[in-house]
Amino acid sequence: MEKFSTHTGVAMPLKRSNVDTDQIIPAVYLKRVTRDGFEDGLFAAWRNDPDFVLNKPEYSGATVLVAGPDFGTGSSREHAVWALQNYGFKAVISSRFADIFRGNSGKAGLVAAQVDEKVVQRIWDYLDEFPGATVTVDLESRTVTAGEGPDAIVDSFDIDDYTRWRLLEGLDDVGITLGHDDVIAAYENARPSWKPATQKA
Amino acid sequence: MGKTLAEKVWDEHVVRSAPGEPDLLYIDLHLIHEVTSPQAFDGLRLAGRQVRRPDLTLATEDHNVPTIDWDKPIADPVSKTQVDTLRRNAAEFGVRLHPLGDVEQGIVHVVGPQLGLTQPGMTIVCGDSHTSTHGAFGAIAFGIGTSEVEHVLATQTLMQAKPKTMAVTINGSLPPGVTAKDMVLTLITHTGTGGGQGYIVEYRGQAIEELSMEGRMTVCNMSIEWGAKAGLIAPDQTTFDYIEGKPEAPKGADWDAAVEHWKTLVTDDDAVFDAEIVLDASTMTPFVTWGTNPGQGVPLGGLVPTPSDFEEESDRIAAENALKYMGLEAGTPMRDVHVDTVFVGSCTNGRIEDLRLAAEIIKGHKVADGTRLLVVPGSVRVRLQAMEEGLDKVFIEAGAEWRGAGCSMCLGMNPDQLAVGERSASTSNRNFEGRQGKGGRTHLVSIPVAAATAVRGTLSSPADLVSVEV
Ligand code: SF4
Repeated sequence: MEKFSTHTGVAMPLKRSNVDTDQIIPAVYLKRVTRDGFEDGLFAAWRNDPDFVLNKPEYSGATVLVAGPDFGTGSSREHAVWALQNYGFKAVISSRFADIFRGNSGKAGLVAAQVDEKVVQRIWDYLDEFPGATVTVDLESRTVTAGEGPDAIVDSFDIDDYTRWRLLEGLDDVGITLGHDDVIAAYENARPSWKPATQKA
Repeated sequence: MGKTLAEKVWDEHVVRSAPGEPDLLYIDLHLIHEVTSPQAFDGLRLAGRQVRRPDLTLATEDHNVPTIDWDKPIADPVSKTQVDTLRRNAAEFGVRLHPLGDVEQGIVHVVGPQLGLTQPGMTIVCGDSHTSTHGAFGAIAFGIGTSEVEHVLATQTLMQAKPKTMAVTINGSLPPGVTAKDMVLTLITHTGTGGGQGYIVEYRGQAIEELSMEGRMTVCNMSIEWGAKAGLIAPDQTTFDYIEGKPEAPKGADWDAAVEHWKTLVTDDDAVFDAEIVLDASTMTPFVTWGTNPGQGVPLGGLVPTPSDFEEESDRIAAENALKYMGLEAGTPMRDVHVDTVFVGSCTNGRIEDLRLAAEIIKGHKVADGTRLLVVPGSVRVRLQAMEEGLDKVFIEAGAEWRGAGCSMCLGMNPDQLAVGERSASTSNRNFEGRQGKGGRTHLVSIPVAAATAVRGTLSSPADLVSVEV
């Protein structure tokens, strides 16, 4: 996984709440067996509408998504994270993320920055005024920044310490856990014999 | 201070805990299907890793598979590749697989319990959000993403921060004709889709205790629809009776040791939950959704809501969008809504009791003109059991389509999809835009409402049916 410290990029407002995983990427796009190429399914149903924000030229090349509350509800499909990443997004800002989506983001290297609902609204207002403007997501200092000067929006975001550390270091979870092989083996030795197995020893 | 059920199960599975880090949790059972696993196996291969415990891993084909002509090669080449990939991976890594055509094939959350692999006090994960279903047995069961699937394959553990706990106490008894599905739909409308976020929820109270195991699975299945990490129910005699004698259930002395332990899996009297919700089952009625998330529901006897009635602006906007998408006028009685397709099936309502109940209601009636009824058993075992009881004949005589096992129209990855603008009454769990097919409109309903709706062609309950001599 690539290290993430800070990112500045064109921010795209998605003024909807409850953007579920079927909206992020519908099931029919989930049939690939690779981790790439899912950008074609991103917001597939909404993209047919020429007025949908993703189709606006000022947001081409957007890398920061600023969405309404309860982003990523629904399915466990990590494909939702991959679709956003494959399209070019590096971070999503929202006031509330579904648990599994947030977890998947952390594993796959997409920053899910949770901010106060008012901050989302202020960034939306700012982007209404300056479509195509950039927003900075700084994982080091846990801040989002939009605009400059006295009117600049600077606020902190929530992300759990462990995920932040892993993203900053670009660490692979499996590798970390395999370092604890001895404790896992000890746990296994103590498991009761009546616990079910799918195959007989 | 005592512990809650969830805390007991959690603590029993902590392999390692360190300050500032999530717990490392041991996983007792890892279920796998074709859609969320290919990239995980690829990851193992790239790193030269093995599946640590193939004997705690089980794979089945469900999301993508056709429910007709399942004995022929899968027609859609992309679906075929995905299913073939699972078969290759299972063979290469030594994972037990129940493929299409196998008697144990079916929806992963129907297969685990019916094999007896789902047991109290376990940790169960799957790359599928409805893994919460298994919580009905008093297990901590939740959905994970593909990176986590890879993590479990390689290590049989997961890094997880300990969630908060919540009790949902449902007092009283459900009135006749009102089901576990109505109970959970009512709850979700009460809490909203984010109400359970960050919590492991324990469902309890008289109405929960009175449910069958299958009803409990229906409730736990939809925990994720209100955002909960997992939902569980304390095991009791109903649970033990259901498991006993299942193919993979403990036997003899192992059974006694298991039950002895399972009986300790209850929330202590002095345990404290971080939050609590109390509902009364006796006031519940058949419940249906009108919108595009499971929290947008009303009693069947109610009206399509008026957006301006919602206090929160975000709810108003969501309601406006939903009504537009659903093609519904505010103020329309729900009972006047015409339905094109009725879907009976899914991991929410695709088990044998569901099919029995649907058949009982539909027997002697015909599916309404202009409406189709699709009956999709949750597993091959459910299908065979239904046929042994003659339920298939009841459905076919009524004019329904009797299909093979799988997820089918629950998510429309196979050819079973709604057309643009087509409206369904569905016993599944998600009414998201396009969930059952691009442009399709979904109303979530219980089994009795689905069956009665198929007969009348408009959203209905069995009470609306003219009785027939059978
Ligand atoms: S039946 Fe539906 S909800 Fe259940 S596992 Fe299949 S697709 Fe998911």
